[in-house]
Amino acid sequence: MAEKKTPQSILIVDDELIVRESLTKWFRQDGYRVEAAEDANHALKLMNNGPWDLALLDIKMPGMTGLELQKRLKEIDKNTSVIIITAFASVDSAVQALKEGAFDYVTKPIDPDHLTHLVVNALKQKKLVEENVQLREQILDTSKAYDIVGESQPIKKVLELAKTVAQTDTTVMLRGESGTGKELIARAIHANSARRYFPIIAVNCGAMIESLLESELFGHEKGAFTGAQFRRKGKFELADGGTIFLDEIGTISQKMQVQLLRVIETKQFTRVGGNELISSDFRVICATNRDLEAAVKDGSFREDLYYRLNVFSISIPPLRERRSDIPQLAEYFRDKYANIMHRAINEITPSAMDIMVQYDWPGNVRELENVLERAMVLATPPAIQHTDLPFQLASKAHGLQADSLAAVERAHIEMILQRTGWNISRSADILDIDRVTLYNKIAKYGLKRP
Amino acid sequence: MSSILIVPIRPVDHAELTALVEPLSSAFELPVSIEESNYIDPSFAFEAYRNQFNSTELISALLNRFTTFDGKILGISTVDFFVPVLTYVFGEAQLDGKVAVLSSFRLREELFGLSPNPKLEHIRILKEAIHELGHTFGLIHCPTPECVMHSSTSAEEIDVKGKNFCEECEQKLGRVTFK
Repeated sequence: MAEKKTPQSILIVDDELIVRESLTKWFRQDGYRVEAAEDANHALKLMNNGPWDLALLDIKMPGMTGLELQKRLKEIDKNTSVIIITAFASVDSAVQALKEGAFDYVTKPIDPDHLTHLVVNALKQKKLVEENVQLREQILDTSKAYDIVGESQPIKKVLELAKTVAQTDTTVMLRGESGTGKELIARAIHANSARRYFPIIAVNCGAMIESLLESELFGHEKGAFTGAQFRRKGKFELADGGTIFLDEIGTISQKMQVQLLRVIETKQFTRVGGNELISSDFRVICATNRDLEAAVKDGSFREDLYYRLNVFSISIPPLRERRSDIPQLAEYFRDKYANIMHRAINEITPSAMDIMVQYDWPGNVRELENVLERAMVLATPPAIQHTDLPFQLASKAHGLQADSLAAVERAHIEMILQRTGWNISRSADILDIDRVTLYNKIAKYGLKRP
Repeated sequence: MSSILIVPIRPVDHAELTALVEPLSSAFELPVSIEESNYIDPSFAFEAYRNQFNSTELISALLNRFTTFDGKILGISTVDFFVPVLTYVFGEAQLDGKVAVLSSFRLREELFGLSPNPKLEHIRILKEAIHELGHTFGLIHCPTPECVMHSSTSAEEIDVKGKNFCEECEQKLGRVTFK
């Protein structure tokens, strides 16, 4: 038996009874579910009977106009497609209606052929948009592109903050040492925001000289400078509707700081060598590993820009402050490179893992990933041995440099605690001491949970 | 037993009405007759500023005129019809109701600057008569392009569709089709 389809729905709003009746009849014969309202208030009440696929709104009604009603309807259900009807052609109101999201605009009396095709097209477009969103969501669900590995309290806190701020349009500043995963967090924020169907454009501000960065951010017109043979869109223009991620924001020049402040405040800019004012709707996420407060104090970073950018700050901890995540991260990278390199390596020996957990990782997760990639090349299946790790890593591992017995004991206890995520019972078991002794040693060495 | 009554809305081509009786009877499997004396004068429905006749008012007039008739009524005319919100209509019907009206005005080839083609015009009128009466039997527009209940807002679209109901519309009419 064929599946019964739910009919598409049309809401007609017009103060003339004859128009409401004629259109209701017309569309019911087409098989649509139709209801009609004589004014905006009634229409807003009928929104409870929705969702409505299409609303046909008379532009001129007593009380709230069709244009105002369109705004209200879109606030209630932005997916309802709108066609504005008017008794006389008015370019101004037509343009206004279209600017505010109407699908199209018709004048009374309406050519029936035109009306039929217009409604079919409006509903077809709405369906395509909805299908597109559904498909994108499916892709998002199946994609693991933004996996952030770790279950330690510090990284959980970061993810919680990222998730909270993602729902807003607030400017975010990500603080953290190089290699801690600031861009990954920025992408996660974007991927969880309402802007996720538009691009996230990443710009490494520290990697470019001033003139190049200016052209990169704002674009340039043909002939703006030697070699500019074609007009080029800038990153702000490309980020329209989405997010711009400005990495290493602390490195930009004073001149760029002024330009950046202006574009962030006005969301408008001109291309280098151009006069046309371009508008773009973007969200800013920036990142730095510099002490911006100190930079503001010594005058190298503008205070007004600092406050404009530092609205919601998230500090990403260095890897050494979340050592309990190292085994999980190491295994993640092992599996990643095992797949890429087609190598049957599915283990990391305890001694190799101990060295990695003890090491301070000045290059953070990026350094860990590089070490694992190198180890995967060197390792003999099925396991990565400590000998597959770089020599300096083993020698610099935290604690092995200490000379005294107490220093070694302190470092070992700290390492075990970090490995277990400060689970006292499990740590005591591994250390083969009782829990009270472990508490005493934690107090003695002044160890603190990160 | 139900039946279909064709009512002239003058001016009308009587030969055309007569030519509709047999095929309409065949399409709906019902007796079809022509109202010979009680015709409608549509002048009350005339809108001078549009030079057209309001089809909704014509339906009301037919309803008031034939209160005791319990079949379906099809009013036919050669004048141009409209409903206020639309520039024109070929016809109008009460969905699952009693009355439908049909105009042959825009089905004529002369309207497009072409030579008269009575045969083509007859087929168009027949298709639209079946279509509008189909609405009075509760049928809505059909997505099947060949089905007579397929929506058509231009003469060319009427030419594309057939004069028969598709299988699904036949079933909605409560008829079993054998293929």
